[in-house]
Amino acid sequence: MDFNCLSIIIFLPVAGAIVIAMVPGLSARLIRYIAAVFTFIPLVLSLVLFCAFDRSAGMAGAVQFQEMAAWIEPINADYHIGVDGLSMPLVLLTALLGFLVVLISWKVELRVREYFAWLLLLETSILGVFCSLDLLLFFIFWEIEVIPMYFLISIWGAGRKEYSAIKYVIYTLFGSALMLAGILCIYFSTGSLDMIELSQSGLAMAQMVIPAAPMFFLLLAGFAVKLPVFPLHTWLPDAHTDAPTAVSVVLAGTLIKMGGYGMIRICLSIFPDSAQQYAPLLLALATINIVYGAAVTLRQTDLKRLIAYSSISHMGFVLLGIFALGELSLVGASLQMFSHGIITGLLFAVTGLVMHNTGERNIGKLGGLGKQMPAIAAIFTIGGIAAMGVPATSGFIAEISVFLGAFVSKAVDGLHIYTIISMLGILLAAAYMLLLIQRVFLGPVLKKYSGVKDADKLEFCYCAVFIIAIILVGVYPMVLTDVINSGIAPVAAFWGG
Amino acid sequence: MTLGLEHFLILSSVLFAIGLYGALSRRSAVVILMSIEVMLGAVSIAMVAFSRYVVPALLTGQVFTIFIIVVAAAEATVGLAIIIAIYRRRETIDVTKIDLMKW
Amino acid sequence: MEAIIPNSLVWMIFLLPLISFVLIALFIKPFLNNSPRISGYITISAVAGSLILSLWLLTSLLNTPSHELIIPDFNWLIIEGSINIHLGLTIDMLTVIMCIVVTTVSLMVQIYSQGYMHGDPGYHRYYVYMSLFTTAMLGLVMVDNLLLMYVFWELVGLCSYLLIGFWFHRPAAARAAKKAFIVTRLGDFGFLAAILVLFFSKGTLDVSQLHGYAVAGAIGSATLTWAAIGIFLGAAGKSAQFPLHVWLPDAMEGPTPVSALIHAATMVAAGVFLVARMFPLFEHSPEALSIVAYIGGFTAIFAATMGLVMNDIKRVLAYSTISQLGYMMLGLGVGGVAIGIFHLFNHAFFKALLFLGAGSVNHGTKTFDMRFMGGLRKVMPWTYATFLIASLSIAGIWPLAGFWSKDEILASALSENTLLFVLSMITVFMTAFYMFRVVFMTFGGEYRGSEKPHESPPVMVVPMVVLAVLAVVSGWFNATGGFSHLLGHGESHSFTEGFFGILSHPLPWISLAMAGSGILLAYAMYSAKWISPHRIAWFFRSLYVLFSKKYWMDELYEDAIGQRLLSDRLFAGMKLLDSKVIDGAVNGVADTVVDIGNSVRRAQSGQLQLYGLFIILGVLAIVISLLIWG
Repeated sequence: MDFNCLSIIIFLPVAGAIVIAMVPGLSARLIRYIAAVFTFIPLVLSLVLFCAFDRSAGMAGAVQFQEMAAWIEPINADYHIGVDGLSMPLVLLTALLGFLVVLISWKVELRVREYFAWLLLLETSILGVFCSLDLLLFFIFWEIEVIPMYFLISIWGAGRKEYSAIKYVIYTLFGSALMLAGILCIYFSTGSLDMIELSQSGLAMAQMVIPAAPMFFLLLAGFAVKLPVFPLHTWLPDAHTDAPTAVSVVLAGTLIKMGGYGMIRICLSIFPDSAQQYAPLLLALATINIVYGAAVTLRQTDLKRLIAYSSISHMGFVLLGIFALGELSLVGASLQMFSHGIITGLLFAVTGLVMHNTGERNIGKLGGLGKQMPAIAAIFTIGGIAAMGVPATSGFIAEISVFLGAFVSKAVDGLHIYTIISMLGILLAAAYMLLLIQRVFLGPVLKKYSGVKDADKLEFCYCAVFIIAIILVGVYPMVLTDVINSGIAPVAAFWGG
Repeated sequence: MTLGLEHFLILSSVLFAIGLYGALSRRSAVVILMSIEVMLGAVSIAMVAFSRYVVPALLTGQVFTIFIIVVAAAEATVGLAIIIAIYRRRETIDVTKIDLMKW
Repeated sequence: MEAIIPNSLVWMIFLLPLISFVLIALFIKPFLNNSPRISGYITISAVAGSLILSLWLLTSLLNTPSHELIIPDFNWLIIEGSINIHLGLTIDMLTVIMCIVVTTVSLMVQIYSQGYMHGDPGYHRYYVYMSLFTTAMLGLVMVDNLLLMYVFWELVGLCSYLLIGFWFHRPAAARAAKKAFIVTRLGDFGFLAAILVLFFSKGTLDVSQLHGYAVAGAIGSATLTWAAIGIFLGAAGKSAQFPLHVWLPDAMEGPTPVSALIHAATMVAAGVFLVARMFPLFEHSPEALSIVAYIGGFTAIFAATMGLVMNDIKRVLAYSTISQLGYMMLGLGVGGVAIGIFHLFNHAFFKALLFLGAGSVNHGTKTFDMRFMGGLRKVMPWTYATFLIASLSIAGIWPLAGFWSKDEILASALSENTLLFVLSMITVFMTAFYMFRVVFMTFGGEYRGSEKPHESPPVMVVPMVVLAVLAVVSGWFNATGGFSHLLGHGESHSFTEGFFGILSHPLPWISLAMAGSGILLAYAMYSAKWISPHRIAWFFRSLYVLFSKKYWMDELYEDAIGQRLLSDRLFAGMKLLDSKVIDGAVNGVADTVVDIGNSVRRAQSGQLQLYGLFIILGVLAIVISLLIWG
């Protein structure tokens, strides 16, 4: 493709960031519009790519819209980007959330210029991760993301924001240090940094100086921190809770997906044998993630912290789907990543509205808001039932695919038990979500919240976009599954798919 | 008995050890500076001795020794100047008390 | 109407309410909020359209020799080689009967709601939910795939949640809604597990294919039994069977028409329908089938005991519903699809009518507590008459609807299992007693309340009259076994001698005697006052307390298990573990690093002399080690 669409998608936000940061004398209002434009164009372009994506069976596993340029020749590192069925939905999701978070941030008044510059840089780095096909490029984008995140949490956050920001940075760097070691191991064993080449020839091209298992775990560590996998999850509630609303949306919506994406793209594709060998361990962790995460969620008293913990539980489904190593389960895991992105994005956005409009985040002190903010209550309820995995929402499709896929997969022993235990997760999800809805929105009207604002037009619009996406995928899942499966099929073929 | 290389080296080592001991153990900056001079002297002796006994045709050791003397003089000048400056400010030349940049 | 219905119109049965839902939710409610009537009319016309199409579908099927229609399906979720789910419809007699039940009751309830919900600020919202419910319920009975059944199964549960919590500012309603959803989801756990097991075993979720495998014995017997038990667990959750019955009485917090439609006639019967739909699986697993029968029989009498002592009219009806659902399960367990579904069919009409009657009474008196009613037969004659008909019908008095289906269940139970027969006979007595207790307390005697009671408007009375007619005649469809025959169970235990011929058997007389004595006892206690209810209660006080405290099952589930054991102990423990141990370890590592740094930095004294000493020591160490090992 002559027209370098993908590069434009990746780098437009950062171009916007540069404009915002460098051009003097911009008003806050103008900055917002610039940010909106520079994120809206990538959204449109990625929608175009999504539609243009070749779903035919012959293209299964093929990387589309590739771009390749020599970058650092002495070490064989290239500027190599492209998307396949696995990354295409995630690129779309990132672009969508990238635009929506600008709208969500419309009312940020503190240091607007820096805020939007960081926000746009963040979007570029995440898009870069999903598009990179070169390990070094991947790693660089992966690391860039930490910087804007640190400033966004520590400046515009709330509560123990500095603590949370530092915890996030150090935890993530800890993971990515191990990951870097893994990447170096791969590079020194194979001399290649090209992900496609590596996953096609596996480690056959390696002179086996280092056994596969340590490499697998080094790489996995970085992704496991990001996903997050129990017991490496404790950065997540802190970071989500203290981050500003829009950043929570990005964090929950797209950032943690980088973990799941990396696991499929690198750990599974390059190390299929190790993945199968160690799958029971990871499945056990996935089960713990789901059930334990949900149980802990049930006892949270802070609005945002509750949603954050529910993310841990939901990302457990991703892990379950990935390491069940079946075609359907992997499709389910990818669907769950997309679905969780929009559902939790919506939940964080609307939670932000509740907190902003009432000035209260303690669930015990809220109540009866269904009468005072009917629109917000309705939106939250839709997000909540989607998070519970009720049919006609994307959450249902994703979770049912993971369950069905994991239950029938024959790649690992004992999957029946893991799946059945994990199903407790949706039971607990219903419990915590309904409890939350009951405590916040139902019950007698409280006088102290009389006169609180409901969602205004802008807020209503961006919530509606989320809802449309949730329902669309829920009612007609084939919009995504076709694309996803074309990326998953070759990966799943390792284990007899 | 003739003087061999080893005698010079022993002298040099003894002097170096005395200087080192002084440099490490004394608290007065002036004494430390003096001890360092002693160590430099020890090194000079070793240099000249090696030069005389190992490569008598060349003057390498002597050249180095002259360098050392020059550097030592310069160093003593600068060192004493610093010590005087510190003394003017803090009225002490006890090195354990000069801890402005310590954590 | 002799022509076969076109395929597109079959789809319309399901799509009409969906269109109504979308229309009201997206257009009427946001833009025409000031004219509430419109949404009612839209819903009613949509449901009426579905009803007409269902009737047409029925005649088409009757004219088709196989009593089945094949409708082309659509692709829904297809992953080559992994999963293959088509959105398609099964059109057989079971579907059509269910469609007719759902649309008829729904239509009557929607009309009635226009009066009952008049002036409620949530009028639009009410019809949004009601349309969605009707859509989902029709979808549930029509789709041909277990996964899609689960989809609609959950959706009706969601609508039930939304409608129970319709008046969400009442804490009791909010709690009841949550409880209903969670308890039914506990059952759905089993349903989902069954889906997984069947998918694992056969790789398909198509209902007719699964039937084929089950009939051909192609599913291993253990697998089949587990799948059947799982499905029954789901059914037990939805149909409020012991031990998952606790949500239904609380669900009465919703508006009464909702209780009539969802929690009496249709959704709670979905469990019975599910078992009937998957009946070939149960048939080939005797263990599962006997579980269905025993749970059903036990639930019937268990719920009836609690119905004896409630003072809230809707709660009596709720326990009665649970008890009757138990009957249906028993009918499925001992007799087969036709017997269970026939009772479902009759029950839908008379129980919906009972609830609408209770709603009408509430509309007049503003209370549900029967201790503040009485004497309403004079001021509310229409309500009284229809309520009486429904009560006679549920009590099983010849020739009303309830008689026909109940006697078939009793006859099947007698031939299969004496214990279950005895239990259900006692239940017949209890049913008659508690229903007439309601009748006498509500309509008999003198008025004891404070509000001025009045008859309900015609918009409410007319649907009740229609249902009353159905509550009389719906049983006659099977007087000669025609109904059973359509469901393919013609030769079973049905009495087929016709309208009067049935009275030539001894069994109907026994059940009539049981019902009659129940009515008589209620008359003696609550109308004629020959026996004081207080003395009876005192005489059987331990039982009375046990029944009126509902066997302490709410306390057991909510307080002991839910709150104390799970939430306060286990989950709180996990939260503590998370914050103290796991996050503590993370912070501990950080703190340890800082501590080590703090202590080690003492070595950096800032004294060059000390550093020099260390350098010398280091050099010496190197020299010495070189001398020794070098």
